[in-house]
Amino acid sequence: MQKEFIISGFGGQGILFIGKLLAYTGMKNNYQVSWLPSYGPEMRGGTASCNVIISDDAIGSPLVTEATEVIAMNSPSFVKFEQSVAPGGTLYYDSSLVSPNPTRTDITYIGVEATKLATEMGMGKLANMFLIGKVLKESKVFEMDVIFEALKGLVPAKKPELYDLNKKAIEAGANL
Amino acid sequence: MSEKVLMKGNEAIAEAAIRSGCKLFFGYPITPQTEVSAYMSKRMPQVDGLYLQAESEVAAINMVYGAASTGARAMTSSSSPGISLKQEGLSYIAGADLPCVIINIVRGGPGLGGIQPAQSDYFQATKGGGHGDYHLVVLAPSTIQECVDLTYKAFDIADEYRVPVMIMGDGMLGQMMEPVSFPEHDDSVTFDKSWACSTTGMKRKKNIVNSLYINPDELENLVWERQKRYDLITEKETRAESFFCDDADIVLVAYGTIARVAMNAVKKARAMGIKAGLIRPITLWPFPEKEIQKAAATAKSFLSVEMSTGQMVEDVKLAVNGKCPVEFYGRTGGVVPVPQEILDKIVEMSKKL
Repeated sequence: MQKEFIISGFGGQGILFIGKLLAYTGMKNNYQVSWLPSYGPEMRGGTASCNVIISDDAIGSPLVTEATEVIAMNSPSFVKFEQSVAPGGTLYYDSSLVSPNPTRTDITYIGVEATKLATEMGMGKLANMFLIGKVLKESKVFEMDVIFEALKGLVPAKKPELYDLNKKAIEAGANL
Repeated sequence: MSEKVLMKGNEAIAEAAIRSGCKLFFGYPITPQTEVSAYMSKRMPQVDGLYLQAESEVAAINMVYGAASTGARAMTSSSSPGISLKQEGLSYIAGADLPCVIINIVRGGPGLGGIQPAQSDYFQATKGGGHGDYHLVVLAPSTIQECVDLTYKAFDIADEYRVPVMIMGDGMLGQMMEPVSFPEHDDSVTFDKSWACSTTGMKRKKNIVNSLYINPDELENLVWERQKRYDLITEKETRAESFFCDDADIVLVAYGTIARVAMNAVKKARAMGIKAGLIRPITLWPFPEKEIQKAAATAKSFLSVEMSTGQMVEDVKLAVNGKCPVEFYGRTGGVVPVPQEILDKIVEMSKKL
């Protein structure tokens, strides 16, 4: 397996966290993984993005230039990374925040009203989890129970209730 | 071997330093290495160590000078502009024969430059940014695991030869996370510290740590004695990795994270039927001349790939010594090359063979 993700959106949407969830789950399941964040001054209030690679083999360049999956949680990210999807790859986007203007015919576009649905369910801050739920279901990169097991290791021990909330959001996203 | 954890390069270096017995850290924040300081500020109190944020980079390196004089393992870290400020201190530490470890997580320069990854401090690190006949041992990790392994190694080399050792990474290596495990540190190896200015209750003749010698003959003797240690380091500590070099027509030379990008390009070239290989220097000083010379005996050309306008390429040329052409491909200012542009350069070179 070689999956290459670009995950991008506004700072504060939990972009880096869902990247970390993917990388951490990969590590726990004995894959080679890398997680590379953008660390420019633009992160505060602007765009945040990260590259995640999950592979059977040693990872060369940690930079993703031909992503199997791009996840865009705002319009600038959709525009910026649409051309970075490898032919045959998929661009997932939050359709409650992005007005898509697709320019390619060799990739799949999947829109999820993540922010709107998450807010309606009282989980406005977990739109990222809705979206990643959908990504996991469609891309089949990991089984759901494998993700939930890994999620336990990332939720702070002092706030166990966050595990249930995140799990619920991922499940809701997967069932869309 | 500990369980694997997901860590940033900066954090992994800091944790590895603590496990190496470093209890004294003097830092000053600068992107993209601030996590080294941040991690140290959290962890040092837990291990009864000292984390001190100095008032400047100049102060931090001089605190290392003082701490190292006592024989303790001491470290500082910074990024390019901050490392420039430390150069005077480094020269003094080398001149006083003190062991210590310096981390440089390189960003674009010159001047304040930018905050994105670069390798444009190669000259400064390997040719001596400070004055006088001295060297830093310079280690260049390419993965987060190697950050850990080379940090362990750095403290041992520093203590064994009484020299300052630099670990040079780039912003990408400092910021990215990969799985890493911390091997059990071998604490049984001990080093001679009879020179240290530590408290003994007046039981021995006092030790002096100093780099000032007014008498030229005395200074010359000391400098040549140190040079012999540098020769020994060159003989015993030089490290590099070679991939696909046995039958390679085009040998790439790249270090740090760029060696990984170059590796992708080499594999793609091989898939196209171009016989490409890669030499990855792990020690930048001493430079792995022998590995280059060995490959130069059969290779038809070399390509140095760097995030600079061409610095290591000079050492490659010295080692190749005219046996075949040495070309260069570089990006700078914080731009990281992608495999395709390196592959394009390999293809262009293959047409000239």
